[in-house]
Amino acid sequence: MTAERVYIGCGAGFAGDRPDGGRAVVEDLARKSGPRFMIYETLAERTLAQAQLRRMNGGPGYLPRLDAFLRPVLETCLKSGIRIVSNFGAADPEGACRRIAALCAEMGLPQPRMVYVLGDDVMTGAARAAIDTARRETGDLVAANAYIGAASVVEALDMGAEIVVTGRVADPSLALGPLVHSFGWGWQDWDLLAAGTLCGHMLECGAQVSGGYFADPGLKDVPDLAHLGFPLAEVAEDGSFVITKPSGTGGCVTLQTVREQVLYEIDDPARYLTPDVVLDLTAVHLSEAGPDRVQVSGARGWPRPDTLRAMACHRGGWLGEAEISYAGPNALPRGRLAAGVLETRLRDLGYARTRVDLIGVNAIADQALPQQALQLPEVRLRLAVAADSAQLAQTALDEVESLYLCGPAGGGGVRRSLVERLTSEPVLIERDLVRTWAIPYPEVANA
Amino acid sequence: MPDRPDPSSLRLHDLAHARAGDKGDRLNISLFPYDPADWDLLARQVTEARMMEHFAMRQPERVTRFDLPALGGFNFVLERALGGGVNSSLYLDAHGKCLSFHLLSLPITRAEPADAC
Repeated sequence: MTAERVYIGCGAGFAGDRPDGGRAVVEDLARKSGPRFMIYETLAERTLAQAQLRRMNGGPGYLPRLDAFLRPVLETCLKSGIRIVSNFGAADPEGACRRIAALCAEMGLPQPRMVYVLGDDVMTGAARAAIDTARRETGDLVAANAYIGAASVVEALDMGAEIVVTGRVADPSLALGPLVHSFGWGWQDWDLLAAGTLCGHMLECGAQVSGGYFADPGLKDVPDLAHLGFPLAEVAEDGSFVITKPSGTGGCVTLQTVREQVLYEIDDPARYLTPDVVLDLTAVHLSEAGPDRVQVSGARGWPRPDTLRAMACHRGGWLGEAEISYAGPNALPRGRLAAGVLETRLRDLGYARTRVDLIGVNAIADQALPQQALQLPEVRLRLAVAADSAQLAQTALDEVESLYLCGPAGGGGVRRSLVERLTSEPVLIERDLVRTWAIPYPEVANA
Repeated sequence: MPDRPDPSSLRLHDLAHARAGDKGDRLNISLFPYDPADWDLLARQVTEARMMEHFAMRQPERVTRFDLPALGGFNFVLERALGGGVNSSLYLDAHGKCLSFHLLSLPITRAEPADAC
Protein backbone atom coordinates (compact mmCIF):
# COMPACT_ATOMS: atom_id res chain seq x y z
CA MET A 1 0.00 0.00 0.00
CA THR A 2 1.77 3.13 -1.11
CA ALA A 3 0.86 6.77 -1.25
CA GLU A 4 -0.41 8.53 -4.38
CA ARG A 5 1.31 11.78 -3.73
CA VAL A 6 3.87 12.85 -1.15
CA TYR A 7 4.38 16.45 -0.06
CA ILE A 8 7.75 17.72 1.11
CA GLY A 9 8.32 21.28 2.27
CA CYS A 10 11.60 22.95 3.15
CA GLY A 11 12.00 25.24 6.16
CA ALA A 12 15.71 26.04 5.97
CA GLY A 13 18.44 25.94 3.33
CA PHE A 14 21.28 26.77 5.70
CA ALA A 15 21.90 27.45 9.37
CA GLY A 16 21.56 31.19 8.86
CA ASP A 17 18.24 31.02 7.02
CA ARG A 18 15.08 32.94 7.94
CA PRO A 19 13.69 31.11 10.95
CA ASP A 20 10.08 31.96 10.07
CA GLY A 21 10.28 30.71 6.46
CA GLY A 22 8.85 27.31 7.29
CA ARG A 23 5.69 28.57 8.93
CA ALA A 24 3.66 29.28 5.74
CA VAL A 25 4.82 25.97 4.24
CA VAL A 26 3.64 24.05 7.29
CA GLU A 27 0.30 25.87 7.28
CA ASP A 28 -0.13 24.92 3.62
CA LEU A 29 0.81 21.28 4.33
CA ALA A 30 -1.63 21.16 7.25
CA ARG A 31 -4.51 21.78 4.80
CA LYS A 32 -3.45 18.80 2.67
CA SER A 33 -3.75 15.10 3.35
CA GLY A 34 -1.46 12.17 2.71
CA PRO A 35 2.20 11.77 3.67
CA ARG A 36 3.69 15.18 4.44
CA PHE A 37 7.20 16.10 5.52
CA MET A 38 9.25 19.16 6.37
CA ILE A 39 12.99 19.14 5.82
CA TYR A 40 15.50 21.56 7.35
CA GLU A 41 18.99 21.57 5.82
CA THR A 42 21.37 23.35 8.15
CA LEU A 43 24.86 21.91 7.60
CA ALA A 44 27.30 23.57 5.22
CA GLU A 45 30.80 22.12 4.73
CA ARG A 46 32.29 23.46 7.94
CA THR A 47 29.15 23.94 10.06
CA LEU A 48 29.58 20.54 11.64
CA ALA A 49 33.18 21.20 12.67
CA GLN A 50 32.08 24.53 14.14
CA ALA A 51 29.43 22.63 16.10
CA GLN A 52 32.07 20.18 17.32
CA LEU A 53 34.27 23.06 18.55
CA ARG A 54 31.27 24.65 20.25
CA ARG A 55 30.47 21.35 21.95
CA MET A 56 34.08 20.97 23.15
CA ASN A 57 33.75 24.47 24.68
CA GLY A 58 30.61 23.47 26.60
CA GLY A 59 28.04 24.84 24.13
CA PRO A 60 25.44 22.90 22.16
CA GLY A 61 26.70 20.50 19.50
CA TYR A 62 23.41 20.81 17.62
CA LEU A 63 22.08 23.78 15.64
CA PRO A 64 22.12 26.72 18.10
CA ARG A 65 19.00 28.24 16.49
CA LEU A 66 17.03 25.00 16.82
CA ASP A 67 14.31 26.70 18.89
CA ALA A 68 14.00 29.58 16.43
CA PHE A 69 13.34 27.20 13.54
CA LEU A 70 11.04 24.79 15.38
CA ARG A 71 8.97 27.04 17.62
CA PRO A 72 6.88 28.51 14.74
CA VAL A 73 5.99 25.08 13.30
CA LEU A 74 6.20 22.44 15.99
CA GLU A 75 2.63 22.47 17.22
CA THR A 76 1.08 22.41 13.72
CA CYS A 77 3.47 19.68 12.55
CA LEU A 78 2.70 17.41 15.49
CA LYS A 79 -1.06 17.99 15.36
CA SER A 80 -1.33 17.59 11.58
CA GLY A 81 0.96 14.60 11.16
CA ILE A 82 3.66 16.54 9.29
CA ARG A 83 6.92 14.73 9.99
CA ILE A 84 10.17 16.66 10.33
CA VAL A 85 13.47 15.42 8.89
CA SER A 86 16.59 17.47 9.50
CA ASN A 87 20.35 17.38 9.90
CA PHE A 88 20.11 20.00 12.68
CA GLY A 89 21.52 17.41 15.06
CA ALA A 90 24.96 18.41 13.69
CA ALA A 91 27.59 17.14 16.15
CA ASP A 92 25.02 16.01 18.75
CA PRO A 93 21.78 14.54 17.33
CA GLU A 94 20.80 13.08 20.71
CA GLY A 95 21.32 16.49 22.32
CA ALA A 96 19.00 18.02 19.71
CA CYS A 97 16.32 15.46 20.64
CA ARG A 98 16.76 16.36 24.31
CA ARG A 99 16.33 20.05 23.45
CA ILE A 100 13.23 19.34 21.31
CA ALA A 101 11.72 17.31 24.15
CA ALA A 102 12.27 20.29 26.47
CA LEU A 103 10.82 22.68 23.91
CA CYS A 104 7.70 20.54 23.56
CA ALA A 105 7.32 20.56 27.33
CA GLU A 106 7.69 24.36 27.42
CA MET A 107 5.06 24.69 24.69
CA GLY A 108 2.66 22.31 26.43
CA LEU A 109 2.86 19.76 23.60
CA PRO A 110 2.92 15.98 24.03
CA GLN A 111 6.32 14.33 23.64
CA PRO A 112 6.88 13.46 19.96
CA ARG A 113 8.30 10.16 18.74
CA MET A 114 11.86 11.02 17.80
CA VAL A 115 14.58 8.94 16.20
CA TYR A 116 18.14 10.14 15.79
CA VAL A 117 20.75 8.87 13.39
CA LEU A 118 24.36 8.15 14.31
CA GLY A 119 27.29 6.83 12.33
CA ASP A 120 28.33 9.79 10.20
CA ASP A 121 31.01 10.69 12.75
CA VAL A 122 34.14 8.88 11.57
CA MET A 123 36.63 10.20 14.14
CA THR A 124 37.08 6.69 15.52
CA GLY A 125 37.35 3.10 14.34
CA ALA A 126 38.26 1.66 10.98
CA ALA A 127 36.82 4.61 9.12
CA ARG A 128 39.16 6.95 11.02
CA ALA A 129 42.18 4.99 9.86
CA ALA A 130 40.92 5.34 6.29
CA ILE A 131 40.44 9.08 6.80
CA ASP A 132 43.98 9.46 8.10
CA THR A 133 45.33 7.58 5.10
CA ALA A 134 43.32 9.59 2.61
CA ARG A 135 44.08 13.04 4.03
CA ARG A 136 46.73 15.25 2.48
CA GLU A 137 46.48 17.97 5.14
CA THR A 138 48.32 17.45 8.40
CA GLY A 139 46.55 19.68 10.96
CA ASP A 140 44.88 18.07 13.99
CA LEU A 141 41.37 16.93 13.13
CA VAL A 142 38.48 18.74 14.79
CA ALA A 143 35.79 16.70 13.07
CA ALA A 144 35.44 14.08 10.36
CA ASN A 145 32.01 13.13 9.09
CA ALA A 146 30.89 10.95 6.22
CA TYR A 147 28.00 12.02 4.03
CA ILE A 148 25.66 9.13 4.69
CA GLY A 149 22.65 8.42 2.52
CA ALA A 150 18.90 8.13 2.87
CA ALA A 151 18.79 4.57 4.27
CA SER A 152 18.95 5.54 7.94
CA VAL A 153 16.37 8.29 7.40
CA VAL A 154 14.07 5.62 5.95
CA GLU A 155 14.82 3.35 8.90
CA ALA A 156 13.91 6.15 11.32
CA LEU A 157 10.66 6.88 9.50
CA ASP A 158 9.83 3.17 9.35
CA MET A 159 10.20 3.17 13.15
CA GLY A 160 7.39 5.74 13.27
CA ALA A 161 9.44 8.85 13.97
CA GLU A 162 7.57 12.13 13.90
CA ILE A 163 10.92 13.91 14.03
CA VAL A 164 14.11 12.48 12.51
CA VAL A 165 17.31 14.12 13.71
CA THR A 166 20.58 13.48 11.89
CA GLY A 167 24.09 14.79 11.74
CA ARG A 168 25.87 14.72 8.40
CA VAL A 169 23.57 13.26 5.77
CA ALA A 170 23.90 14.15 2.10
CA ASP A 171 21.56 17.13 1.65
CA PRO A 172 19.23 15.60 -0.98
CA SER A 173 18.91 12.42 1.11
CA LEU A 174 16.80 14.41 3.59
CA ALA A 175 14.05 14.41 0.94
CA LEU A 176 14.86 11.08 -0.70
CA GLY A 177 14.39 9.31 2.65
CA PRO A 178 10.72 10.33 3.04
CA LEU A 179 10.05 9.38 -0.61
CA VAL A 180 11.59 5.91 -0.32
CA HIS A 181 9.71 5.42 2.95
CA SER A 182 6.37 6.52 1.48
CA PHE A 183 6.55 4.94 -1.98
CA GLY A 184 8.52 1.84 -1.09
CA TRP A 185 11.06 2.45 -3.86
CA GLY A 186 13.81 -0.15 -4.08
CA TRP A 187 17.45 0.66 -3.39
CA GLN A 188 18.32 -0.30 -6.96
CA ASP A 189 15.52 1.62 -8.68
CA TRP A 190 18.17 4.03 -9.87
CA ASP A 191 15.91 6.30 -11.93
CA LEU A 192 13.47 6.68 -9.02
CA LEU A 193 16.29 7.29 -6.56
CA ALA A 194 17.64 9.87 -9.02
CA ALA A 195 14.23 11.56 -9.23
CA GLY A 196 13.97 11.73 -5.45
CA THR A 197 17.51 13.02 -5.22
CA LEU A 198 16.72 15.73 -7.75
CA CYS A 199 13.68 16.66 -5.67
CA GLY A 200 15.92 16.97 -2.62
CA HIS A 201 18.43 19.00 -4.62
CA MET A 202 15.64 21.41 -5.58
CA LEU A 203 14.48 21.83 -1.99
CA GLU A 204 17.70 21.72 0.00
CA CYS A 205 18.60 25.38 -0.52
CA GLY A 206 15.22 26.65 0.62
CA ALA A 207 14.02 29.77 -1.16
CA GLN A 208 16.77 29.64 -3.77
CA VAL A 209 14.31 27.72 -5.95
CA SER A 210 11.38 30.06 -5.21
CA GLY A 211 12.78 33.49 -5.92
CA GLY A 212 15.76 33.88 -3.58
CA TYR A 213 19.28 34.48 -4.96
CA PHE A 214 17.57 35.43 -8.23
CA ALA A 215 16.19 38.98 -8.40
CA ASP A 216 17.80 41.39 -10.86
CA PRO A 217 15.58 44.50 -11.05
CA GLY A 218 14.17 45.17 -14.51
CA LEU A 219 15.24 41.77 -15.84
CA LYS A 220 14.28 39.22 -13.21
CA ASP A 221 11.83 40.88 -10.85
CA VAL A 222 10.65 38.95 -7.80
CA PRO A 223 7.59 40.01 -5.81
CA ASP A 224 7.92 40.67 -2.08
CA LEU A 225 11.40 39.34 -1.26
CA ALA A 226 10.76 40.39 2.33
CA HIS A 227 8.18 37.61 2.64
CA LEU A 228 9.65 34.93 0.36
CA GLY A 229 7.66 31.74 0.20
CA PHE A 230 9.79 28.70 0.99
CA PRO A 231 9.37 25.80 -1.42
CA LEU A 232 7.16 22.77 -1.46
CA ALA A 233 7.34 19.68 -3.69
CA GLU A 234 4.38 17.54 -4.68
CA VAL A 235 5.87 14.21 -5.68
CA ALA A 236 4.20 11.45 -7.71
CA GLU A 237 5.05 7.78 -7.38
CA ASP A 238 6.93 7.80 -10.70
CA GLY A 239 9.31 10.37 -9.22
CA SER A 240 8.10 13.37 -11.22
CA PHE A 241 7.25 16.34 -9.06
CA VAL A 242 5.95 19.89 -9.01
CA ILE A 243 7.87 22.62 -7.23
CA THR A 244 5.60 25.29 -5.82
CA LYS A 245 5.25 27.57 -2.79
CA PRO A 246 2.43 28.49 -0.38
CA SER A 247 -0.14 30.95 -1.69
CA GLY A 248 -0.04 34.40 -0.17
CA THR A 249 3.74 34.44 0.13
CA GLY A 250 6.33 36.45 -1.78
CA GLY A 251 8.78 35.09 -4.28
CA CYS A 252 8.03 33.13 -7.43
CA VAL A 253 8.53 29.66 -8.87
CA THR A 254 9.27 29.90 -12.60
CA LEU A 255 11.17 27.95 -15.23
CA GLN A 256 14.03 30.39 -14.65
CA THR A 257 14.21 30.07 -10.86
CA VAL A 258 14.04 26.29 -11.11
CA ARG A 259 16.60 25.82 -13.86
CA GLU A 260 19.12 28.03 -12.06
CA GLN A 261 18.75 25.77 -9.03
CA VAL A 262 19.03 22.55 -11.06
CA LEU A 263 22.66 23.44 -11.80
CA TYR A 264 23.48 25.04 -8.45
CA GLU A 265 26.79 23.72 -7.09
CA ILE A 266 26.93 21.13 -9.86
CA ASP A 267 30.15 19.94 -11.44
CA ASP A 268 29.53 17.42 -14.25
CA PRO A 269 25.73 17.49 -14.80
CA ALA A 270 25.79 13.91 -16.07
CA ARG A 271 27.37 12.61 -12.87
CA TYR A 272 26.19 14.23 -9.66
CA LEU A 273 27.50 11.85 -7.01
CA THR A 274 25.46 11.16 -3.90
CA PRO A 275 25.63 8.26 -1.41
CA ASP A 276 22.33 6.92 -2.81
CA VAL A 277 22.69 7.21 -6.59
CA VAL A 278 24.64 8.91 -9.35
CA LEU A 279 22.25 11.52 -10.73
CA ASP A 280 22.25 12.47 -14.41
CA LEU A 281 20.67 15.89 -14.99
CA THR A 282 21.20 16.11 -18.73
CA ALA A 283 17.66 15.05 -19.70
CA VAL A 284 15.84 16.95 -16.96
CA HIS A 285 12.71 18.54 -18.38
CA LEU A 286 10.87 21.50 -16.87
CA SER A 287 7.39 22.69 -17.77
CA GLU A 288 4.99 25.28 -16.42
CA ALA A 289 2.09 23.74 -14.52
CA GLY A 290 0.21 26.88 -13.45
CA PRO A 291 1.14 30.03 -11.52
CA ASP A 292 4.18 29.39 -9.30
CA ARG A 293 4.15 25.73 -10.30
CA VAL A 294 6.91 24.02 -12.28
CA GLN A 295 6.80 20.34 -13.20
CA VAL A 296 10.17 18.56 -13.08
CA SER A 297 10.88 15.19 -14.71
CA GLY A 298 13.57 13.34 -16.62
CA ALA A 299 16.13 12.60 -13.90
CA ARG A 300 18.17 9.49 -14.68
CA GLY A 301 20.14 7.41 -12.23
CA TRP A 302 23.17 5.14 -12.20
CA PRO A 303 24.40 2.80 -9.47
CA ARG A 304 25.67 4.56 -6.37
CA PRO A 305 29.43 4.96 -5.81
CA ASP A 306 31.30 2.36 -3.73
CA THR A 307 32.90 5.16 -1.76
CA LEU A 308 31.43 7.76 0.54
CA ARG A 309 32.57 11.35 0.65
CA ALA A 310 33.69 12.49 4.05
CA MET A 311 34.64 15.95 5.25
CA ALA A 312 37.73 16.17 7.43
CA CYS A 313 38.14 19.48 9.27
CA HIS A 314 41.11 20.88 11.12
CA ARG A 315 41.96 24.24 12.64
CA GLY A 316 43.11 26.58 9.88
CA GLY A 317 44.65 29.57 11.66
CA TRP A 318 43.11 33.02 11.89
CA LEU A 319 41.46 35.36 9.43
CA GLY A 320 41.52 39.07 10.24
CA GLU A 321 39.67 41.75 8.31
CA ALA A 322 39.69 45.53 8.75
CA GLU A 323 38.14 48.36 6.77
CA ILE A 324 38.38 52.15 6.50
CA SER A 325 36.52 54.61 4.25
CA TYR A 326 37.44 57.68 2.17
CA ALA A 327 34.86 59.99 0.59
CA GLY A 328 34.38 63.09 -1.53
CA PRO A 329 36.82 64.70 -3.98
CA ASN A 330 39.87 62.53 -4.64
CA ALA A 331 38.44 59.60 -2.65
CA LEU A 332 39.97 56.99 -4.94
CA PRO A 333 43.54 58.38 -4.91
CA ARG A 334 43.41 58.60 -1.11
CA GLY A 335 42.15 55.03 -0.88
CA ARG A 336 44.89 53.91 -3.23
CA LEU A 337 47.49 55.80 -1.17
CA ALA A 338 46.25 54.09 2.01
CA ALA A 339 46.46 50.70 0.30
CA GLY A 340 50.09 51.35 -0.65
CA VAL A 341 50.96 52.46 2.89
CA LEU A 342 49.42 49.31 4.36
CA GLU A 343 51.18 47.02 1.91
CA THR A 344 54.54 48.61 2.80
CA ARG A 345 53.92 48.40 6.56
CA LEU A 346 52.76 44.79 6.45
CA ARG A 347 55.64 43.73 4.20
CA ASP A 348 58.10 45.36 6.62
CA LEU A 349 56.45 43.48 9.48
CA GLY A 350 56.88 40.19 7.62
CA TYR A 351 53.29 39.29 6.73
CA ALA A 352 53.09 36.89 3.81
CA ARG A 353 49.35 36.37 3.37
CA THR A 354 47.56 39.68 3.02
CA ARG A 355 45.17 41.21 0.57
CA VAL A 356 44.06 44.82 0.18
CA ASP A 357 40.94 45.72 -1.82
CA LEU A 358 38.99 48.88 -2.44
CA ILE A 359 35.36 47.87 -2.00
CA GLY A 360 33.24 49.30 -4.80
CA VAL A 361 36.25 49.31 -7.11
CA ASN A 362 38.01 45.95 -7.27
CA ALA A 363 37.08 43.76 -4.30
CA ILE A 364 34.97 41.26 -6.21
CA ALA A 365 36.12 40.97 -9.79
CA ASP A 366 39.70 41.54 -8.67
CA GLN A 367 40.82 43.79 -11.51
CA ALA A 368 43.87 46.03 -11.11
CA LEU A 369 43.15 49.32 -9.33
CA PRO A 370 42.34 52.01 -11.90
CA GLN A 371 45.12 54.59 -12.10
CA GLN A 372 42.98 57.32 -13.65
CA ALA A 373 41.11 59.79 -11.46
CA LEU A 374 37.71 58.11 -11.35
CA GLN A 375 35.27 60.37 -9.51
CA LEU A 376 33.84 57.94 -6.98
CA PRO A 377 31.74 59.41 -4.17
CA GLU A 378 33.40 57.08 -1.69
CA VAL A 379 35.67 54.07 -1.45
CA ARG A 380 36.19 51.58 1.36
CA LEU A 381 39.55 49.95 1.88
CA ARG A 382 39.56 46.39 3.12
CA LEU A 383 42.51 44.47 4.49
CA ALA A 384 42.37 40.69 4.85
CA VAL A 385 45.16 38.82 6.60
CA ALA A 386 45.75 35.15 7.35
CA ALA A 387 47.98 34.34 10.33
CA ASP A 388 48.83 31.39 12.55
CA SER A 389 47.85 33.18 15.75
CA ALA A 390 45.16 35.61 16.79
CA GLN A 391 47.84 37.99 18.08
CA LEU A 392 49.65 38.16 14.75
CA ALA A 393 46.42 38.77 12.85
CA GLN A 394 45.39 41.45 15.35
CA THR A 395 48.68 43.31 14.95
CA ALA A 396 48.04 43.54 11.22
CA LEU A 397 44.50 44.81 11.79
CA ASP A 398 45.86 47.47 14.14
CA GLU A 399 47.74 48.88 11.15
CA VAL A 400 44.37 49.81 9.61
CA GLU A 401 43.27 51.58 12.77
CA SER A 402 46.50 53.59 12.92
CA LEU A 403 45.63 55.00 9.49
CA TYR A 404 43.30 57.33 11.41
CA LEU A 405 46.32 59.38 12.48
CA CYS A 406 49.05 58.26 10.13
CA GLY A 407 47.20 57.67 6.84
CA PRO A 408 45.73 59.90 4.13
CA ALA A 409 43.30 62.73 4.92
CA GLY A 410 39.72 62.02 5.87
CA GLY A 411 39.88 58.30 6.71
CA GLY A 412 36.95 57.14 8.85
CA GLY A 413 34.76 54.28 9.96
CA VAL A 414 37.34 51.65 10.92
CA ARG A 415 35.87 48.23 11.74
CA ARG A 416 37.88 45.12 12.55
CA SER A 417 36.99 41.46 12.89
CA LEU A 418 38.98 38.37 13.76
CA VAL A 419 37.82 34.75 13.43
CA GLU A 420 39.44 31.37 13.84
CA ARG A 421 39.24 29.36 10.67
CA LEU A 422 38.40 25.74 10.09
CA THR A 423 39.78 24.06 7.03
CA SER A 424 37.71 21.34 5.42
CA GLU A 425 39.17 18.66 3.23
CA PRO A 426 36.96 16.23 1.30
CA VAL A 427 38.17 12.61 1.23
CA LEU A 428 36.70 9.38 -0.11
CA ILE A 429 36.44 6.26 2.04
CA GLU A 430 35.04 2.79 1.44
CA ARG A 431 31.31 2.69 2.09
CA ASP A 432 31.60 -0.55 4.09
CA LEU A 433 33.66 1.23 6.75
CA VAL A 434 30.73 3.42 7.75
CA ARG A 435 27.97 1.86 9.84
CA THR A 436 24.87 3.84 10.77
CA TRP A 437 22.22 3.49 13.47
CA ALA A 438 18.70 4.85 13.89
CA ILE A 439 18.03 5.17 17.61
CA PRO A 440 14.72 6.06 19.28
CA TYR A 441 14.73 8.93 21.78
CA PRO A 442 14.56 8.35 24.62
CA GLU A 443 16.08 4.93 24.22
CA VAL A 444 13.53 2.32 25.26
CA ALA A 445 14.81 0.47 28.31
CA ASN A 446 12.51 -2.54 27.86
CA ALA A 447 10.17 -3.05 25.00
CA MET B 1 14.75 44.29 -21.79
CA PRO B 2 16.35 47.75 -21.81
CA ASP B 3 17.02 49.37 -25.18
CA ARG B 4 20.67 49.68 -25.99
CA PRO B 5 22.03 51.97 -28.64
CA ASP B 6 24.00 49.42 -30.62
CA PRO B 7 22.30 46.04 -31.05
CA SER B 8 25.52 44.53 -32.39
CA SER B 9 27.32 45.33 -29.13
CA LEU B 10 25.72 43.73 -26.12
CA ARG B 11 26.69 42.31 -22.77
CA LEU B 12 25.73 38.81 -21.78
CA HIS B 13 23.53 40.42 -19.10
CA ASP B 14 21.23 41.67 -21.87
CA LEU B 15 20.63 38.13 -23.13
CA ALA B 16 21.06 35.69 -20.30
CA HIS B 17 20.84 34.97 -16.58
CA ALA B 18 23.33 33.10 -14.42
CA ARG B 19 23.87 31.62 -10.95
CA ALA B 20 27.13 30.86 -9.14
CA GLY B 21 27.84 28.05 -6.70
CA ASP B 22 30.97 26.73 -5.00
CA LYS B 23 32.43 23.41 -3.84
CA GLY B 24 35.73 23.95 -2.12
CA ASP B 25 38.01 25.83 -4.50
CA ARG B 26 35.81 25.05 -7.51
CA LEU B 27 33.37 27.61 -8.87
CA ASN B 28 30.45 26.72 -11.09
CA ILE B 29 28.31 29.21 -12.97
CA SER B 30 25.18 28.24 -14.84
CA LEU B 31 24.16 30.37 -17.81
CA PHE B 32 20.75 30.46 -19.52
CA PRO B 33 19.65 32.64 -22.44
CA TYR B 34 16.27 34.30 -21.85
CA ASP B 35 15.36 33.49 -25.45
CA PRO B 36 16.03 29.85 -26.40
CA ALA B 37 16.87 31.10 -29.89
CA ASP B 38 20.05 32.64 -28.43
CA TRP B 39 21.42 29.30 -27.24
CA ASP B 40 23.55 28.89 -30.41
CA LEU B 41 24.85 32.45 -30.17
CA LEU B 42 26.05 31.83 -26.61
CA ALA B 43 27.43 28.42 -27.56
CA ARG B 44 29.58 30.09 -30.22
CA GLN B 45 30.74 33.08 -28.19
CA VAL B 46 30.96 31.96 -24.54
CA THR B 47 33.70 29.42 -25.08
CA GLU B 48 36.02 27.82 -22.53
CA ALA B 49 38.93 29.83 -23.95
CA ARG B 50 36.99 33.07 -23.62
CA MET B 51 36.03 32.20 -20.06
CA MET B 52 39.69 31.56 -19.17
CA GLU B 53 40.44 35.03 -20.48
CA HIS B 54 37.44 36.73 -18.81
CA PHE B 55 38.32 35.17 -15.44
CA ALA B 56 42.08 35.51 -15.89
CA MET B 57 42.35 37.59 -12.68
CA ARG B 58 41.30 34.45 -10.75
CA GLN B 59 43.82 32.30 -12.63
CA PRO B 60 41.59 29.23 -12.90
CA GLU B 61 43.49 26.03 -13.53
CA ARG B 62 40.89 24.98 -16.10
CA VAL B 63 37.44 25.91 -17.37
CA THR B 64 35.03 23.21 -18.52
CA ARG B 65 31.76 23.96 -20.26
CA PHE B 66 28.91 21.46 -20.10
CA ASP B 67 26.12 22.01 -22.64
CA LEU B 68 22.57 21.32 -21.47
CA PRO B 69 20.26 21.86 -24.44
CA ALA B 70 17.34 20.09 -22.73
CA LEU B 71 17.53 22.52 -19.82
CA GLY B 72 18.28 25.44 -22.15
CA GLY B 73 21.62 26.42 -20.71
CA PHE B 74 25.26 25.76 -19.93
CA ASN B 75 27.29 24.88 -16.85
CA PHE B 76 30.77 26.35 -16.50
CA VAL B 77 33.13 24.79 -14.00
CA LEU B 78 36.20 26.82 -13.04
CA GLU B 79 38.82 24.80 -11.17
CA ARG B 80 40.85 26.57 -8.48
CA ALA B 81 39.22 29.92 -9.10
CA LEU B 82 38.31 30.83 -5.52
CA GLY B 83 41.68 31.49 -3.91
CA GLY B 84 41.34 28.31 -1.87
CA GLY B 85 37.59 28.64 -1.31
CA VAL B 86 35.91 29.47 2.00
CA ASN B 87 38.68 27.55 3.78
CA SER B 88 41.55 29.84 3.04
CA SER B 89 40.52 32.56 0.62
CA LEU B 90 41.32 36.19 1.44
CA TYR B 91 38.69 37.40 -1.01
CA LEU B 92 35.80 39.46 0.29
CA ASP B 93 33.42 37.07 -1.51
CA ALA B 94 35.08 33.79 -0.62
CA HIS B 95 32.25 31.72 -2.16
CA GLY B 96 32.43 33.56 -5.48
CA LYS B 97 28.69 34.20 -5.34
CA CYS B 98 29.07 37.60 -7.01
CA LEU B 99 31.00 36.18 -9.94
CA SER B 100 27.92 35.12 -11.95
CA PHE B 101 27.53 38.84 -12.64
CA HIS B 102 31.16 39.14 -13.66
CA LEU B 103 30.36 36.51 -16.29
CA LEU B 104 27.32 38.57 -17.34
CA SER B 105 29.57 41.57 -18.07
CA LEU B 106 31.08 39.65 -21.00
CA PRO B 107 30.62 41.50 -24.34
CA ILE B 108 28.56 39.67 -26.95
CA THR B 109 28.23 40.55 -30.61
CA ARG B 110 24.81 40.03 -32.12
CA ALA B 111 25.81 40.68 -35.74
CA GLU B 112 28.40 38.02 -36.36
CA PRO B 113 30.50 37.93 -39.48
CA ALA B 114 28.91 35.54 -41.96
CA ASP B 115 30.60 32.15 -42.11
CA ALA B 116 29.90 31.85 -45.79
CA CYS B 117 27.74 33.64 -48.28
